[in-house]
Formats: sequence, C-alpha cells, structure tokens
Amino acid sequence: MSMFISFLAAAITAGTPILFGTLGEIITEKVGHLNLGVEGMMAIGACAGFMVGYSTDSFFLALIAAFAAGMLAALLYGLLTITLMANQNVTGLTLTIFGVGFANFCGFYARKAYGVESLKLPENITSQMRNINIPGLSDIPVIGQLFFSYNPFVYLGIITAILLSIYLNKTKTGLNIRAIGENPASADAAGIKVTKWKYINVGLGGGICGIGGAFTIMIINKGVWISDCVGGLGWIAVALVIFASWSPTKAIFGSFVFGALRQLKYYVPSSIGIPGALYDMLPYVITTIVLVAASVRSSKKNSQPASCGINYFREER
Amino acid sequence: MSSTETNAKKQNRFTLRTVKRAQLPKNKVAMLRLAALLMALLAGAVFIMIIGSNPFAVYKTMVEGALRSKLAIYGTIKIMIPLLITSLGITLAFKMKFWNVGGEGQIIMGALFASYFGIFHGDWPHAVLIPVMFLAGMLGGGLTGLLPAYFKAKYNTNETLFTLMLNYIALNLVIFLREGPWADPTSPGYKKFALFTENGRLDKVFGVHAGWIIALVLLILTFIYLKYTKHGYEIDVVGESTATAGYAGMNVKKIILRTMFISGAICGIAGMIEVSGNAGTMSEGVTRGVGFTAIIVAWLAGLKPWSIFIISALFSIMEKGSSVVESTFGLSAACADVLQGIILFFVIGCEFFIRFKVTISKKGGTN
Repeated sequence: MSMFISFLAAAITAGTPILFGTLGEIITEKVGHLNLGVEGMMAIGACAGFMVGYSTDSFFLALIAAFAAGMLAALLYGLLTITLMANQNVTGLTLTIFGVGFANFCGFYARKAYGVESLKLPENITSQMRNINIPGLSDIPVIGQLFFSYNPFVYLGIITAILLSIYLNKTKTGLNIRAIGENPASADAAGIKVTKWKYINVGLGGGICGIGGAFTIMIINKGVWISDCVGGLGWIAVALVIFASWSPTKAIFGSFVFGALRQLKYYVPSSIGIPGALYDMLPYVITTIVLVAASVRSSKKNSQPASCGINYFREER
Repeated sequence: MSSTETNAKKQNRFTLRTVKRAQLPKNKVAMLRLAALLMALLAGAVFIMIIGSNPFAVYKTMVEGALRSKLAIYGTIKIMIPLLITSLGITLAFKMKFWNVGGEGQIIMGALFASYFGIFHGDWPHAVLIPVMFLAGMLGGGLTGLLPAYFKAKYNTNETLFTLMLNYIALNLVIFLREGPWADPTSPGYKKFALFTENGRLDKVFGVHAGWIIALVLLILTFIYLKYTKHGYEIDVVGESTATAGYAGMNVKKIILRTMFISGAICGIAGMIEVSGNAGTMSEGVTRGVGFTAIIVAWLAGLKPWSIFIISALFSIMEKGSSVVESTFGLSAACADVLQGIILFFVIGCEFFIRFKVTISKKGGTN
C-alpha cells in the first residue's frame, strides 16, 4: 500500500514538467499554431532558469528567467509564423534544433567561463526546490504524502492549469481565442484582434514551457547542469495535448497518467520481466490510440482547433 | 495585421499592407535567398564573436573541414546520403500537403527490417542478401508511412501528430529489441546489436559506400516521378485540393495511401543504407536526427528535387565542417546547432519576402 502511494506521488512529480509543456502547447494550438518547438523552448527555459539561478542565488528570479526565455523563443516562432507566415512545422522544428543546441552550448560555455567541471545550483535554491513540508498537513498518513508533499513546481503547474482553463473557457477573451483557433477570418470579421492574441498566446505558451524546462534541470537533475536536460519530454508534452484533448484540466490528469507510465518501470517488480523500452513506448502508443479514436468519432468538441497549422493571411479571407 | 493598425494609429496617414506577390522572377528569388543567407552568416558571425572566436576563421575552417581532403569529402558525402534520400521521400508527402514528420520513424523501421536480415541471415550470399535487405528496408519504411496514411484517408486522423508519435514508438521498439530479443549473444555486459557480416555490407564504390549511387538514382527517379508521370500529377492535384481531385475522378484515398507508402519506403531505404553502408549494424541512433533535418531541407528547397540536392549538400558541409570547427576551436558540438538554427531562422523568414510584398499606402487611398 505504502508503495502504491509513493508510486502515485512519484507519478505526479514526474508528470509535472510534461504538464507545463502541454499547457504551453494547448494555448498555442488554441490560437491555431502548432508549435513543434516545445522541446526547444523547454531547453531554453531550463538554461535561462539555471544560469540566472546560478548567478543570482534566487529561486524566484530563476523562474522568471525561465519564463521570459521560453517566451522570447516562442515570440521568435511567432514572428516567423504569425507575421512572416512561415510554415509552422518547419519553424517549430528549427526552434527545437536551435533551442536544444543553444541550451547545450550555454552550459558548455558557462563551464568553460567559470572554469569548473560541473555546474550546480547553490544550496539556497536547491533547498527551496525540495518538497514542501507543511507542518501538520504533510504528516497526515497517506493524504499528507499524496497532497502535501511536493516541490513548488507541482502546485504551480496545477494552479496554472486551472487558471488557463478559466482563461480559455470562462472569459470573453477565452471565447475570442477559441474563435481565432477555429476560424481566424470570422474572428477577424467579428473585430477580434487576431494577430495580437496570437502573439500573446504563443508567447505565454512559450513562457509556460520554459518553466517546465526549469523543472527538468532543477528537480529531475537535482540542480546539476547536464546537456540535453529536457531529454524528449517536450515531445511527450506535444503528445499529451492530444491525450488531454486540448483541455488544460484534462491535461492535469493526463500528465499524471503519463508520469505514472514513466515511473511504472521502477515500481513493477522486475520478476514480471516487462522490458523498460515497452514502458517508455506506452505514452506514445496510448496517445496514438487516443488520436485515432478521436478522429474515428470525429467529434468536433475534442479535436484540434480547426485552423491549427494553417497560417492566417488577412488579405485572403 | 495588428502591426498595421497600431502603425496607422500612430501616424494616422500611412499604413503597411501585405500583398501576395505574383510569381517573382527566378533571379530575384535567388537574390533574396542569397541576401538572407548573407544576413544569417552575419548574425552567425556576431554570435561567434560574442563567444570570443574569429568568425572568418571559424567559417573558413568549416568549409575547409568539409572539403579539404578526399577523406573529408567522403565524410561529407556520407552525411549527405541519408539526408538527401530522406528529403526526397518527405517531399512526396509534402507535395500532397501530407505533413509527414515521421521521417525518423520511417528511417528506423527501414533500418530495422533490413537489419533483421543483416543480423540473422548474414550467411546468405552477398548478391542475395543486399537486395533482400534493400527491399526489407523499403517495406519497413513504407508500412510505417502507410499506417498514418490509412487513418488519414479513412478517418482524417491528423497525420502530423500520428507520424510524430510513430517516431518514438519505432525508437523504443529498437531499444526493446536491442535489450532483449535481438541482443548480440556474444557481447557480454552492454547489450547491442550484432555486427553484420561482410555479406550484409554495401560495397564501396570510389571510396564511399554505394549508397551515393542509390541516392543519385532516387534523385532522378523522384524528379521524373513528380514531373512526368500521372502519379506525380495526381499528387499535385491532391495537394492543391482534395475536393478538386475528387471531382476530377481521382481516387484520393488510393493516392494518399500509395504516395505515403512510397514516401516512407524512400525513407526506409535511407535507413537500410545507414545500417548496411555506414554503421554496419543497427542502433537506436541510426537516424542522427536526419528525419527532422530532412523536413527543413525539403521545405527550404521548395520541394524541388534538384534544389534538395544542393541544400542537402550545404547542410552536410555545415555539419561535417562543424565537427572540425569543434575540435579546432574547442567549441562544443552544440555550436553547430546554434549556427544552423540562426541560419534557418533567417532563411525561413526570407520566404515571406518571396511570397509577399509589403507596401506602404496612404490611409484611405486605393484599396
């Protein structure tokens, strides 16, 4: 039993970086932009968060930097796809190549510049990244471990998801944004500032991805810089968007499922003998099944925003 | 555009308008691309200067590193072979506006199918084994392309996401096989695929494995297929509009399935060549990211086979040269990715000025 609880807790933690990437991608796709640069934006966020944390000793500033860097990267994607109407797949992939390379390069360069073998975040920050211990609450058996024992990112992720859900589904702006994603020409005709909201959402999405990147370096790698720190989580995040059928709240649940799938291999007794690679394959297989199932049902409600992947050229409506 | 609006508010007299261009003359397009490339190199130079190296020296080393000797050129060609082939494969799908981002997976599956014969039937005679591996590679890649195509044709399932997922499924399948069923029994400790026997290796022709001949043949075949065959025409029409194709009496589903099978099969050939010609065995790193780079190459080349040849050559020079820059200047491998990214951003951005022109017109003027 206690093993099961710690499995669930591990799953929730493991799902959190994916959750950030997914949330970022959801609001990007909601305005009709498929950004395959999640991996790159996360890497850039990780790099900026790490470097700022390393030099300022401030957890808060590190988070801001991760967000800002992810946002800048996304805005570059935005400039190319929104204003310059470049192909979204190509631009997104380029952003991934560039972002991962840039982050690796910065790490390499920083090691050289500081003249150290390995870079590690100062203790002041690592202590703040540890699991929060709320006196009283965290000590309650089971519930304490399941709900009150995580690092700050986990709570931040869930709050972000809920806020985004309200933003998209309960506000007028959210309605406008969904309209842009479905049919930008109609939204434009209705007086919605299509370009402005595209930039805002794409940028915001990148920022959120950046936070997810910071998670990978601060929690997964325990504050020690390594190359390729995001390690493909960005692509899982893109997959999770489908699994969550473009809903931020479903993304919370989905990220825990994906986190569980990633943790499963450490908890299933090895005597059962399922190879690790099959566990790693599962998230993608499940996502593919979900993708196919959604298209077979051809439900409009749970599918990708209609204009996703197609750039909007105003003169051509 | 909102930039138009804000601009109009500020000045209240002029407004920026984006207008689609008629086809630009070829030399102007070339000029624009060249300008973008120069600007990219300039931006790259700034980046190199920031990190404290001499941009001229770095660029010079890069080109020299890729072309300075016979051996260097062989290395560059080896990088170019899979990139060229995969770009050609992806082009077929892209022409149809089928966004096949599954080149990685299709290369892997092609390599895997071919490796089955390379690993388990290494005793077959060379003249039998190589053609069998070649066909197996085609089949592996083709089937991997066919799967998303089937669901696209039947249920309109999003192919970008489907092919993307298949990349990772294929990758993990390889790891699974390497760690278990296909692991080399003679290798203690670290589990890996067995090396192919000599029978399973592509012959060398003029110093480089025969993959380069296959690549050139595929280049010509793709060019002819797209330009001069009925199939090629059908791909064009489906790419323009599936509705039009339907009205014209074309069997759109069949065209999608057929084209994606061929697209995947070509990528699969790249995989077969990599394991048989280059590495001599299967590994999960077999693609070296070519499936993704090929998308960029195909796109930058405007999906034209001859341009693909040139651009994949440039990419290969950049990659090979970067590895030399790395060792000469003590820079990290990531430096090449950054430079590549910068150049790509500029070139991608430049496409806009080829397709559109921005005019300044007086507000309330002709419209």
